[in-house]
Amino acid sequence: MTALAPLRPIPPEADPPYDAPAYRSTEKRHPTHKLLPWVHTVTELTGPHFSPARFPATTDLSVVNGKQALGERIIVAGKVMDENGRPVPNTMIEIWQANAAGRYHHPNDQHDAPLDPNFRGEGRVFTNEAGEYRFISIKPGRYPWRNHPNAWRPHHIHFSLFGSGFAARLITQMYFPGDPLLPLDPIFLAVPDAAARERLIARFDLSLTEPEWALGFRFDFVLRGKAATPMEHP
Amino acid sequence: MHGLTPSQTIGPYWHIIEHPEWADLTRFGAKGERITLSGRILDGDGAPVADAAVEIWQADPPASELFPGFGRSRTDAEGTFRFITLKPGPVPGRGNVQQAPHLAMAIFARGLLKPLFTRVYFAGEPANETDPLLNQIEDPLRRASLIAQPAGQDGFVIDIHLQGARETVFLDI
Ligand SMILES: [Fe+2]
Repeated sequence: MTALAPLRPIPPEADPPYDAPAYRSTEKRHPTHKLLPWVHTVTELTGPHFSPARFPATTDLSVVNGKQALGERIIVAGKVMDENGRPVPNTMIEIWQANAAGRYHHPNDQHDAPLDPNFRGEGRVFTNEAGEYRFISIKPGRYPWRNHPNAWRPHHIHFSLFGSGFAARLITQMYFPGDPLLPLDPIFLAVPDAAARERLIARFDLSLTEPEWALGFRFDFVLRGKAATPMEHP
Repeated sequence: MHGLTPSQTIGPYWHIIEHPEWADLTRFGAKGERITLSGRILDGDGAPVADAAVEIWQADPPASELFPGFGRSRTDAEGTFRFITLKPGPVPGRGNVQQAPHLAMAIFARGLLKPLFTRVYFAGEPANETDPLLNQIEDPLRRASLIAQPAGQDGFVIDIHLQGARETVFLDI
């Protein structure tokens, strides 16, 4: 008898749909059949572990080969926890973002904005025992995309987290407070509930800000947690 | 209760964090029955999905210093992903049920606001007949969408259809 507690179901208000007509790329890529319900087993409740020894951290994205990237230097820090408030220690966070001009160090990004030889926009950090992480970067620029006429993505940083098991896997984007593009962005707006969308926006934090050096933003991640009582499949 | 951080799309530029060697789960020297698993990701028009991140996780063989259990592959211009891994054995299920050998697969891409989860089973495994997940799928064509077919000496192939008449079975997990 396995007594593995499944993860809580994802609450509908925090769950963007597969089919989001305002985000045009979903049109041919969303499933049309009902998903098959499945109670988690060891396959879904376990997941990879990454050690910093084998997967070295890069905690300062703002410097490449000792040279400083252009842009507004920022510190991003916060906690990774589960829905039950338990910290997720020693877990890897992957980070990628555009440069200060809104251009990705990526061959498919053809936006007419300058590349920065001192910025790649790739990082990897690990949480400590308390589930805390911190890294240094520059504020990513906004960039146009072709979803609809005059479409622009808000300032954002991409994140990938693994959590306690494969079903807790999270890839998301962190936004910045007060961005007037947020209420126009179909990707951000695809999250049904306003309160859940707010959880994608970092907070400016003077206590994280380092005088004469960098602005601080706080952003916490909440990953799926185990349900209180183990449920058994009949 | 803390509110969950919602999912957002991986977008088209995730290759910035790509490490192509992650598609080879045997790269740290794991020994066992080495297989290649490849296939194509196709959209509702049958067009290749050329910018996806395909991830696999397997509970067997157990993850160790030599075997990460986890792999990630990009799809190329034809929508093709390709992994090298060790063939999994059966895995305990809920209750006293055994699950047939399988991998978990997650697909991330531009146009997917959250991952699509599915599983890959292997043709010719007698345990497929009693697998609790496969046996929930009544339509034989839909069931077949989760079963990789042998190709070549040590290869298995499975195509993933995101949408349409041949749509792959995706899981609500
Ligand atoms: Fe982006």
